[in-house]
Amino acid sequence: MTTGGFLERLQTGLWKDNPGLVQLLGLCPLLAVTTTLVNGFGLGIATLLVLTLSNALVSATRRWIRPEIRIPIYVLIIASLVTCIELIFKAWFPALDRSLGIFIPLIVTNCAIVARAEVFASRNPIGASIGDGIGMGAGFAMLLMVIGAFRELVGQASILSRLDMITGGEPFNGFSFADSGLLLVILPPGAFFSLGLAVALKKYIDFKRRSSGSASKSRRLRQAER
Amino acid sequence: MNERGILSTGMTLAVIAGICTALVAATYRLTEERIAANEKAALEQSLQPALAGLFYDSDVSESQLVLQPPHALPGSDAAIIYRVFAEDQPVAALFAVTARDGFSGPIRILLGVDASGSVTGVRILQHSETPGLGDKIESSRSDWVYQFDGRSMGNPQLVGWSLKGDGGEFDQLTGASITPRAIIKAIRETLIYYDANRDHIFAAAATEAEQ
Repeated sequence: MTTGGFLERLQTGLWKDNPGLVQLLGLCPLLAVTTTLVNGFGLGIATLLVLTLSNALVSATRRWIRPEIRIPIYVLIIASLVTCIELIFKAWFPALDRSLGIFIPLIVTNCAIVARAEVFASRNPIGASIGDGIGMGAGFAMLLMVIGAFRELVGQASILSRLDMITGGEPFNGFSFADSGLLLVILPPGAFFSLGLAVALKKYIDFKRRSSGSASKSRRLRQAER
Repeated sequence: MNERGILSTGMTLAVIAGICTALVAATYRLTEERIAANEKAALEQSLQPALAGLFYDSDVSESQLVLQPPHALPGSDAAIIYRVFAEDQPVAALFAVTARDGFSGPIRILLGVDASGSVTGVRILQHSETPGLGDKIESSRSDWVYQFDGRSMGNPQLVGWSLKGDGGEFDQLTGASITPRAIIKAIRETLIYYDANRDHIFAAAATEAEQ
């Protein structure tokens, strides 16, 4: 695996190797909390923070860690970080913490995080590892927000409901477009449908890009022949 | 791995565990106060509907009385009573009790009763009733729960504390009869308990919050 520059790490995490869309990691929280855009954003940010910090710590300590004990050490680092993030959410974003519930502590079990520690941070310098954490975390957060926004728009016919959980202030029920949406999309099966659509959309875009790229290449070839 | 290797590996693990523990402990210290304040505010906000219009000067969240089962109140889980005082005189008692016989599982109810025995407000704290039918018990979906405001044991008499279809005085919900029946039963039992144990409820020492 190439380490590459920061921008490349970001691109890899956001699109090419997106943890949710391509690696299909961390699906349990992804499917469970994405009922609204704000929920998706909350869990996305928490995961992004944990992933970046755990990558940084794992990379910084990689010289002293013998391979035999690396897994318990990853677990220790990730569990401590998640506990800290949970306390911070409870202190400063209590409503968001109540809304996300068990899925904040469950970030510990998000396999995307331990996978990045094992595959990337334990073999790369700290700068690249932070870049990888930000890229992968942002990719995961972006997917959570896209699916959250989609399910909220189609399922509830509103957007940005409970924005007050982030900004504070009076309860805000979002911008509503209709009385009710397609209930199925809010229910658990809707999460699977939405993820399936997102994966298919990414494949379609990649396919279009590749075929338009090869089409222009063959056109150039033909012009050269003439 | 030789013996030295095991020792140094163990030391590494211990040092990292120590650092992680210190990190969590520091964050806990930093956030402790804010979290306690938030939890108190959340509790007070959830009790607000049953407190509306009452004058009181006591700290509601510090006057809770937790009754572990078996107790005479509805429900087979712990019942919580929050006592409300003004100048040390009882103003109201708020009950968090459980109606056992909902259509799909227990229903957690908040019920406020003022010193004269009148209901100050009823709210549904938690339920898993059918969306669109039984969930009209939520105050945000219909005003069904408001019909209990101001009622008491005696207004109506005991026999009147049931649905109109069962010979009582209270409105039913279209498409759901088990859900409202369970709630009325829980309210009725709580009011009977309150009338019988009033003095004891307000005199008892508060239950220490679990930590």
